[in-house]
Amino acid sequence: MLFQKKPGRHVVIVGNGIAGVSCARALRRRDKQARITLVSGEGPHFFSRPALMYIYMGHLTYEGTKPYEDWWWQKQRIGLRQAWVTHIDTQKKWLSFAGEAGGLGYDQLVLATGSKPNKFGWPGQNLERVQGLYSLQDLQTLEAVSHEIQHGVIVGGGLIGIELAEMLHARGKKVTILSREQSYWDNALPREESLMVSDVIAESGITLHSGTELKEIVDDGQGRACGVVTGTGEKIACEFVGLTAGVSPNLSALKGSEIPTGRGVLVDFSFRSSVEDVFAIGDCAEIVTPEGQRNRIEQLWYTGQMHGEVLADVLCGDDRTYDRGIWFNSAKFLDLEWHTYGEVPPAGFPVRPGLRQVYWQAADKRHAFRLVLAGDAVVGVNAMGIRYRHKVCERWIAEKRSAEYVLNNLKEGNFDPEFYHRYEGAIVSSLRAQVAQAGGQA
Amino acid sequence: MSAALTDFAPNHYGDAGTKRRLRLAMYVALAPFGLALLGYRGAIGGDAAGGWLAFGLVFAPFLALALAYIRATYRGSTPGIKNDGVQVHELSGRRVGAYLLGTAITSLYVILYWFPGALTGVVQVMEPLSQALRKGPADQWFFYGFLYTAAVIVMGIRMIYRYRHNKYQIFRTLSVMFFQLAFAFVLPALLRAFNQPEFYFTYFWPLKYDYLFPGSFEYLWKQSGGVGMFMFGWGVIASFVLTPLLTWRFGKRWYCSWVCGCGGLAETAGDPFRQLSSKKLKAWKFERWSIHTVLVLIVVLTALLWVDLGRISNDYKAWYGFFVGAALSGVVGVGFYPLLGSRVWCRFFCPMAAVLGLFQRFFSRFRITTNGDQCMSCGNCSTYCEMGIDVRAYAMQGKNIVRASCVGCGVCAAVCPRGVLKLENGKTHKDRFEGAEHPLADLLGALKKK
Repeated sequence: MLFQKKPGRHVVIVGNGIAGVSCARALRRRDKQARITLVSGEGPHFFSRPALMYIYMGHLTYEGTKPYEDWWWQKQRIGLRQAWVTHIDTQKKWLSFAGEAGGLGYDQLVLATGSKPNKFGWPGQNLERVQGLYSLQDLQTLEAVSHEIQHGVIVGGGLIGIELAEMLHARGKKVTILSREQSYWDNALPREESLMVSDVIAESGITLHSGTELKEIVDDGQGRACGVVTGTGEKIACEFVGLTAGVSPNLSALKGSEIPTGRGVLVDFSFRSSVEDVFAIGDCAEIVTPEGQRNRIEQLWYTGQMHGEVLADVLCGDDRTYDRGIWFNSAKFLDLEWHTYGEVPPAGFPVRPGLRQVYWQAADKRHAFRLVLAGDAVVGVNAMGIRYRHKVCERWIAEKRSAEYVLNNLKEGNFDPEFYHRYEGAIVSSLRAQVAQAGGQA
Repeated sequence: MSAALTDFAPNHYGDAGTKRRLRLAMYVALAPFGLALLGYRGAIGGDAAGGWLAFGLVFAPFLALALAYIRATYRGSTPGIKNDGVQVHELSGRRVGAYLLGTAITSLYVILYWFPGALTGVVQVMEPLSQALRKGPADQWFFYGFLYTAAVIVMGIRMIYRYRHNKYQIFRTLSVMFFQLAFAFVLPALLRAFNQPEFYFTYFWPLKYDYLFPGSFEYLWKQSGGVGMFMFGWGVIASFVLTPLLTWRFGKRWYCSWVCGCGGLAETAGDPFRQLSSKKLKAWKFERWSIHTVLVLIVVLTALLWVDLGRISNDYKAWYGFFVGAALSGVVGVGFYPLLGSRVWCRFFCPMAAVLGLFQRFFSRFRITTNGDQCMSCGNCSTYCEMGIDVRAYAMQGKNIVRASCVGCGVCAAVCPRGVLKLENGKTHKDRFEGAEHPLADLLGALKKK
């Protein structure tokens, strides 16, 4: 059988990010015999990608972003190979590396190659001092030009966008964000929360131009960016352009291979591609959905982790399919923390019919709480500036609890530190009144 | 890419870095001014006339400089975690300045313990305060106590300003400032003024190891009347009743990061250095050996003194006082702040921390809980843990953190950008092991089988 444990098989995982490493760890726990090799050109060891910003800001060292000490890999008998994959021969089951004559054979291949920053064909997008922020190499190139930067323009107002803005801001540079959306990240946040973040951005001294597109990046005559031109023709002088308009699967290692790709590597819900013994997980996987829904590409830390763990079971012969469970996420926008659970409709898209929302916001515009209801059942929880417990919110949603139940038990969900001001009293009285109003807020 | 992957330290920290360095240089350049005054007082020595004026002239500039530096550092920043540049800072980033500072603090301890004569000048500057508070002449230990308390107060103000968005940090810092000022500085001085034994109500055996020595029993219980008996009794109750009870209810933090003077200094003056503690597994292994060794040493020493083996006991006592009391808690414990972090003494050597840690690990309701699967392994929690606990290793697996060494400072929860960590006193002591590794699990399992 294809997926049965083969003693001494060689599992090669391309990419040592959270997806690849989770797969290697989980596989090692279950299969003591397998030879496991992690291949990555980016760096020898696994580090936390979301922590790149903290290295630049001087909060953390590079060493501090590694979850495992360097000796740990040998103890786990997980081989590490620092190399860029240039070609995959699925017939001979062989990987070729850049600048190396040899290569590496595999019995089973796991692609966990992650993402690359989107570039939408803007004039000047390949100039020097223009880049995204995804890899260690991106951080190095940013560091190398940092002393030249007085003003940085960030194109794209998502999570990486605000991170890059915060990074430059922390190093004393003027920062302008160009965002196509009407208010900050309104394709992920509801309007009120999005405006709250916009307010936090303004308070910090970072400039946010909403509803503004990039038209071109200006060459200084020496191949370096010296400014941008916006959709309305406005020119902004700058010494750095950050491209953070989303990421897409990194398929550069797959060039010329027979592995079928769409936007990402096409896989089923067990992360199998249609080529024997080839799998894909994490950001680079495009999960083909039945019933003609849009295929799923998931670019989150925890989805990468779950993909890796599910695939390890699949590689050990289990008949297992991936189920993400109830959606959740969190982030920190400068000083403002965000926790979200379940279905919270963003402002930038039409809201699914039948949903009702109740919302409370503190007078300081730094704390907010939202419940999303379908009928009487709570389907989504969104909190700004207040920490909420993942397992409690997840349980409320899974058990289809009523708004009344959730409001009665709201304190149970609070995860703020001791002595913090508790907003539950204000939230409950405000939301209870809104729920009682027929229809509530549309 | 030619640059090595480990070479990420921002070499040019932009405008912000230059400003920061200039500011530091300016304040450091002003310090010799105060030192010159110290020298002047030393030179004219013995002259108590104009005491308060000299006292003010010597210490006011230091105080003003420190407060101005703190204000300049955080002014204009929004309330929130501000660790920008910590890893590359001249003093907190283990650079040349850190080595100089470490040498300076270490030298101060060496002088205090072994060459107090060199401090004659500055001790005389302390004379008016000593007379006012203690009704007696100043000595080098009064100077040290003053310096220590001033450091806790000034750097406490910094801590509160820095964490002004975080009430846990504010209350905790106010608490250590209060206990240091009232119970470790003013009260012992007043006791002396009223001809009572100089007693520290916030230090207990085995940290203040001689409080349960037969010598203290003689002096306090037998010779000092009612007040002395109360003091000795308090020492016994604090060590054997208060400590277990409060640790069971709140974890070791009630002492280590709310009351203790050593902890107080670490949490205020030591805050800029908390990220320097080693998170390596090796360091944890060393810690478990070293701290329990010191505990055994002091328990044996106390027992030997009561049994009274004459010369052996006394030699042992002198030896312990030198190595643990002076060298480890002072010279290494504080002198190495800028190199090894703020809790070297507390983590590796303090026998009180060892006792509290045993209670915390086995009989306490305290734990740090993690918030489901929200962790993305950034490492802020581990980096800023002054006790060198690899907090992330637990958080990324969604496990509760139940560790003997945790002093409950709450900084891991504060710096977490995803709201993953929370310090909690549970309703029972059992439920804290949900998802955590139960201590003695192997042993209990083996016993059940039998």
